[in-house]
Amino acid sequence: MTAPLLEVTGLAKTYPLKGGRAVRAVDGIDLALTPGESLGLVGESGCGKSTVARLLLRLIEPTSGVIRFAGTNIATLSDAALRPFRRDAQIIFQNPHAALNPRRTVFASVAEPLVVQRIASGTELQGRVARLLQQVGLPETFLWRYPHELSGGQKQRVCIARALALEPKLVVLDEPTSALDVSVQAQILDFLQDLRTRFGLTYLFISHNLAVVRQVCDRVAVMYLGRIVEEGPAEQVFAAPRHPYTRALVASVLPPRPGALPDAPLAGDVPNAAEIPPGCRFAPRCPLRMERCTRDDPALEGNAHRVACWAA
Amino acid sequence: MTPLLDIRGYRLAFDGFEGRAEVLDGIDLAVQPGETVGIVGETGCGKSVLARSIARLVEMPPGRVLGGSIAFEGQDVFAMDGRALARLRGHGVAMIFQDPMTYLNPVFSIGSQMVDVIRAHDRAEGRSMRARPAARTRAAELLAAVRLPEPDRLLDRYPHELSGGMRQRVLIAMALSGEPRMLVADEPTTALDVTIQAQVLRLIAELVATRGLTLLLISHDLGVIGALCRRVVVMYAGTVVEDADAGLLFDRPRHPYTRGLLAAVPDLARPDHRVAGIPGHIPNLLAPPGGCRFHPRCPLAIPRCAAEKPGLRDVDGRRVACHRAEEAA
Ligand SMILES: Nc1ncnc2c1ncn2[C@@H]1O[C@H](COP(=O)(O)OP(=O)(O)OP(=O)(O)O)[C@@H](O)[C@H]1O
Ligand code: SF4
Ligand SMILES: [Mg+2]
Repeated sequence: MTAPLLEVTGLAKTYPLKGGRAVRAVDGIDLALTPGESLGLVGESGCGKSTVARLLLRLIEPTSGVIRFAGTNIATLSDAALRPFRRDAQIIFQNPHAALNPRRTVFASVAEPLVVQRIASGTELQGRVARLLQQVGLPETFLWRYPHELSGGQKQRVCIARALALEPKLVVLDEPTSALDVSVQAQILDFLQDLRTRFGLTYLFISHNLAVVRQVCDRVAVMYLGRIVEEGPAEQVFAAPRHPYTRALVASVLPPRPGALPDAPLAGDVPNAAEIPPGCRFAPRCPLRMERCTRDDPALEGNAHRVACWAA
Repeated sequence: MTPLLDIRGYRLAFDGFEGRAEVLDGIDLAVQPGETVGIVGETGCGKSVLARSIARLVEMPPGRVLGGSIAFEGQDVFAMDGRALARLRGHGVAMIFQDPMTYLNPVFSIGSQMVDVIRAHDRAEGRSMRARPAARTRAAELLAAVRLPEPDRLLDRYPHELSGGMRQRVLIAMALSGEPRMLVADEPTTALDVTIQAQVLRLIAELVATRGLTLLLISHDLGVIGALCRRVVVMYAGTVVEDADAGLLFDRPRHPYTRGLLAAVPDLARPDHRVAGIPGHIPNLLAPPGGCRFHPRCPLAIPRCAAEKPGLRDVDGRRVACHRAEEAA
């Protein structure tokens, strides 16, 4: 088996609150990405997906855990020692409107990482930026435009061009199409697929939209309240989900067809990350709950398809 | 049968300092009592301004009606006086929106806000206003009707103490308080997680069925529309481009934009269906394309499309606005 590009073990992020309580935003997760694969991370709001993204890129400091990137534990590296990693791993955010500086041209935004990392200057810089723009399907005339002159999809392409400037190995995409219309989302999804094969990129693709993840990802991990509860090949997880939470998520997806209103598969709301229930964290909402579930916390178990559930 | 809602040739513009944007360009739409109609389209196509126009909730200026009419139960909405308007907004059309927090006052309890709304409806209906305790009893009944547990205790809680799904239920309860004939729901579940969305949509479907409500549901999500609506209206850049029975629209769309939209939506159950985007992007409404507003992005466009605006015509059992509607199948 190929060595993983990224291997995460026991990753956790806790935010202390007054009165000795704490928000366990990410509560101990294990994850591995092999080079060239695309892993989807799905779950509902507040489950910790974005926190995972920021931890993996060391944009925030983990409370505990190991993040091994190409063999090196980057969880504890100093800022200076992180420099090569900052080139190899890039992130693309949900909101392209907020990600670009309104007073800088497309050229200035895309060139920035190349200038900061002192990789190119002068005519070479200009040539590289023009090539990047071409790779994301934008005409060269866009170089001198400002963000307000671009549509949402064009802005997201500029953000992608900037992320590709340093020829990264890993790209973390945090809801990259959630702010876009479906017709534009489809363009971006298609083009992200194409980029991955052309440049051998590895993706961690975060989304609340299961159908989108199904289009782009080989494997998928499902998060609930700071934990991964199921993980496996996308077609298996979506066609035959084993965790009762994944089953409810899949059953809640509305297909683009008439007359398919699902029975609401889950009652109640997601608990707060400051009050994670004992035992299995899904137990209070779980239709399969047994006595043991409220007592013992199930671990993520299995080989290619892993599940954290006493009943699965 | 007189339609409950009858919109004809309605044109709305916004005057801003960059100029005038014609956001609705001649909308024709009639809704019969008991219909469930979905309006679908992408950002900025005019779904919400159209919905708000029905209850005269668009601020004028900056808004300006350039032409056409909107009638509810045969009454011209723009000619209504204050009293008729108050009645329209309670007993005629009730609206719910994407973000319930905008419509709930954070400093008052749920109970006190509901009591105020219930009493305001009494006044609008010309009845004697109920005393607060009686209105409170009614509020608790409404909360129970939207399946909120422990309604009595909930009345004493504040909006920020509730989850997004609970707040949306409270807004639905308030919308029901005037016993409306039509419910206009503008992206009611867009801000909610999918499992909560399923709960809220189920509730809306039940209320529509049990109370005989006419539903106008606005969403950019074809899945949400398909789940609740028997009829679907597709909008593009301020125009209705197709209006059809849901089965027909999803199975045999005729307008090139509808087809593009359906091809762009990923479907979890059909992973082999690779999504395809629509090239280009939505037009700037300050300077919309002439003729068919979709022509710069349309794969079937011919010179006539840039010159002449296609009107809605009956083709193959639906209404469609496309010069080439007969060929596009
Ligand atoms: N700085 C912080 N202080 C306290 N709590 C935080 C902080 N950042 C995140 N959290 C909490 O951590 C949990 C996970 O947050 P996160 O934003 O990572 O979730 P998410 O799944 O990405 O949500 P969404 O899909 O809505 O963006 C939430 O309960 C959130 O409120
Ligand atoms: S009228 Fe012409 S441009 Fe418009 S949708 Fe039909 S074929 Fe396309
Ligand atoms: Mg997030």
